[in-house]
Amino acid sequence: MTTGIGARVKRREDKRFITGKGKYTDDVRTENQAYAAFVRSPVAHANVKSIDKSAALEMDGVIDVLDGHQLTGDGIGNIICGWAVTSKDGSPMNMGAWSALATQKVRYVGDAVAVVIAETQQLARLAAEAVDVEYEELPVVAFADKALKDGAPQIHEEAPGNLIYDWEIGDAAKADAGLAEAVHVTEMEITNNRLSPNPMEPRSAVATYDEAEDHYTLYTTSQNPHVARLVLSAFYNVAPEHKLRVIAPDVGGGFGAKIYIYPEEITCLWASMKTNRSVKWTADRSEAFVTDAHGRDHISTAKMGFDADGRITGFKVDTIANLGAYMSLFSSSVPTYLYATLLSGQYDIQNLHANVRAVYTNTVPVDAYRGAGRPEACYLVERMMETAARELGMKPAELRAKNFIREFPHETPVIMTYDSGDFDANLAQAEEAADVNGFPARREEAAKRGKLRGLGYSCYIEACGIAPSAAVGGLGAGVGLWESAEVRVNPVGTIEILTGSHSHGQGHETTFAQIVAERFDQPIENISIVHGDTDKVQFGMGTYGSRSGAVGMSAIVKAMDKVEAKVRKIAAHQLEASEDDIVIEGGEVKVAGTDKALGWHEIGLAAYTAHNLPPDMEPGLKESAFYDPSNFTFPAGTYICEVEVDPDTGTTEIVQFTASDDFGTIINPMIVEGQVHGGIAQGVGQAMLEQVIYDEDGQLITGSYMDYTMPRAADLPNFSVHHASTVCPGNPLGMKGCGEAGAIGSPPAVINAITDAIGNNDLAMPATPQNVWRAYQAASAKQAAE
Amino acid sequence: MTKVSLTVNGKPVARDVAGGTLLSEFLREDLRLTGTHIGCDTSQCGACVVHVNGKAVKACTTLAASLEGADVTTIEGLANGGLHPMQEAFKEHHGLQCGFCTPGMIMSGVDMVTRYKAEGRELTQEAIRHELEGNICRCTGYHNIVKAVEDAASKM
Ligand code: FES
Ligand code: FES
Repeated sequence: MTTGIGARVKRREDKRFITGKGKYTDDVRTENQAYAAFVRSPVAHANVKSIDKSAALEMDGVIDVLDGHQLTGDGIGNIICGWAVTSKDGSPMNMGAWSALATQKVRYVGDAVAVVIAETQQLARLAAEAVDVEYEELPVVAFADKALKDGAPQIHEEAPGNLIYDWEIGDAAKADAGLAEAVHVTEMEITNNRLSPNPMEPRSAVATYDEAEDHYTLYTTSQNPHVARLVLSAFYNVAPEHKLRVIAPDVGGGFGAKIYIYPEEITCLWASMKTNRSVKWTADRSEAFVTDAHGRDHISTAKMGFDADGRITGFKVDTIANLGAYMSLFSSSVPTYLYATLLSGQYDIQNLHANVRAVYTNTVPVDAYRGAGRPEACYLVERMMETAARELGMKPAELRAKNFIREFPHETPVIMTYDSGDFDANLAQAEEAADVNGFPARREEAAKRGKLRGLGYSCYIEACGIAPSAAVGGLGAGVGLWESAEVRVNPVGTIEILTGSHSHGQGHETTFAQIVAERFDQPIENISIVHGDTDKVQFGMGTYGSRSGAVGMSAIVKAMDKVEAKVRKIAAHQLEASEDDIVIEGGEVKVAGTDKALGWHEIGLAAYTAHNLPPDMEPGLKESAFYDPSNFTFPAGTYICEVEVDPDTGTTEIVQFTASDDFGTIINPMIVEGQVHGGIAQGVGQAMLEQVIYDEDGQLITGSYMDYTMPRAADLPNFSVHHASTVCPGNPLGMKGCGEAGAIGSPPAVINAITDAIGNNDLAMPATPQNVWRAYQAASAKQAAE
Repeated sequence: MTKVSLTVNGKPVARDVAGGTLLSEFLREDLRLTGTHIGCDTSQCGACVVHVNGKAVKACTTLAASLEGADVTTIEGLANGGLHPMQEAFKEHHGLQCGFCTPGMIMSGVDMVTRYKAEGRELTQEAIRHELEGNICRCTGYHNIVKAVEDAASKM
């Protein structure tokens, strides 16, 4: 079948996007539309002494100016982090209070203190400038390591010394013993640079309060509208769930930044009730830089020991994670359960220990960004492996292969149970596709042109579809991580799939339909996918952590199982056959081996007319399912990057980037390749271009596209993308997930390639021409001295 | 307020606009042509690219009042019924994911192909990447966008 599993079906959602008919939140305009603009702190840390609204309130077109005292006075709750991480001494994490509009204190540049509601967006912004806030400035700490120093400015009363938690995983004594017996120890200090996710569509919210019904509607740029409704209702007391509808229409990219429920959405909903107007807010890019949760920002030291044979004897990691000024929704889980649990990489490491301290700083809150913790783990492990190989005089691939896990299931010392994989296969496929054997000749040729050519590997493993719910609950998660689906077969036989997953670029309207087309052998045109509206879809946990395939599609499969069971019963009854003999084939429901058959639409009609159903069967043909996975899934693969560095300028060109991924079953290779391309581009962005920079005063230096370097077309090569898959045993379709792998696997491959080219392992991300040039100069000077 | 008369997607339009109104706002808010997107505030991302008198411009840095008599084409008006070869190519080559940058990418793509053809220059992959300097996409990694533009060039 050309539209089933494995087919490169062109996307069904494309037409509206290529013709300008997509409907994003900022495209929504309601009848009594008013506009919100936020008054934001220009300083990183201060007491709010007073807020003078009088000048703003006098301006034409200003409807109201609202502040945090009014907000908290109306019972709107503080913003919380939904994952409770416990410190190694057993104490709970130290979470400071976070009000959607600050009342007493501001803690980062951009912290909102008031909101102006006006007739137009321009007026609202002008009036926001006229709100006079008196700040009493306090000392600032913008960097994680400094925040932990004695005498550092105290950011939250609840977190003495700015320490949120001091957490560990693995066995420290065993790791120490392993390192003690090593014949070689590789030691590195590794920083994972702070990034801004930058989906191209800025965040936006349109909130409408209906006084007559006492009901709220929120259009918002969300990856998970049901989670937004749950949190807005249960924790922030904006409205009870049955009085709140959340719609996430077309969403222009997420990458994690659109998981969380931010102050702006809360405030717009509340302000809509206060002013009895529909309130709209859309960030401009500068506002996005100071309000969208940032990602990464780790400082680590690591030691990895090897025996004479190159086998890893022990691995110890100490990490400081910057969580910014407030704890965002999933922030606590990122540097712990999504990071340290992946530090075993693809390797059989028996003695492993990681310690993580999470700290407050006067910066934008930090949370999950594409990969969330796993890129930090992968970068650390893969830079260690490559560096160790160089120190040991071994080939990087050989050192890795010596330590590969080859038997599954494999339990790591950091609580993961890898279920499947064939790391040798991915390595071999990537090496062949990258023509690693031809590299020495290419290096020589480049040298003749005065260029330094380098090759870098990354053998990544990650974990997707966080689950099962009971297990993550045991680790502190405040939500379950299942997914739901409803399959409706209409009387005419067309099919609607309602899913709790959310598509913001992933192509669910195509891939989800493919699995249904295959299962019921129906034309894909007769299948539609419904998502993104809490009034339509029963419930759902949304899309992040590459979970839509392994978890979201599994829920659809489970609901289809139920539909199929009913279809068989109806057909068996009407065709007077045994249920076991019924097959779905060629768009019909048949008795195997006979010419007795019913059209698919006839089954639909029979179910709804209910004229001739088996005794006791309920009419209708619609089933729902909730699917809770039994384990994470473990996508893995090998990435190989080849670069050329100009030694005079430090300019680096990626001449070849090769990926071999194991994503398990692939539904639509075209879409999967697109996910890998986009992920690698973000990974290359992290490795070579992107960095959020704060100065000592907590001022954001990189607050626009003039200063924050987004990867552009000319920065990137074509990608050579391949698959060598093993089936995931944990879910019915055998899927592992593909959304984040590119961003996880690529940064170490790039940096390993550049460090290979310049002959210096000491190179930090982003590898800008200046950083590369300096590192090369340092290496050359050292060589000359020797 | 200035009165401005222009043609948008082939239709005459006359409106009073404030002096500071950007073309992007004018299209999105006054004409409700929301296919033109706003992705930045520093004229860097290209989500807002439209054609004015046949040339690509960033609508976020063009004043509506300056367009007296101009002929403006937005993504909504690019094809006269059906799809433009550039639109077809983006779909065919999976040149879009979230779709937010797409209208600007397509309008820039059409512009560069037209220019290169007029100048008799070959639009290589390298040239396409270079020409996309002013358009940012966060989703696709550009690989498939480049393929789409290259393919459309052969069909335009
Ligand atoms: S919105 Fe015009 S360039 Fe970004
Ligand atoms: S497709 Fe999402 S930004 Fe380009």
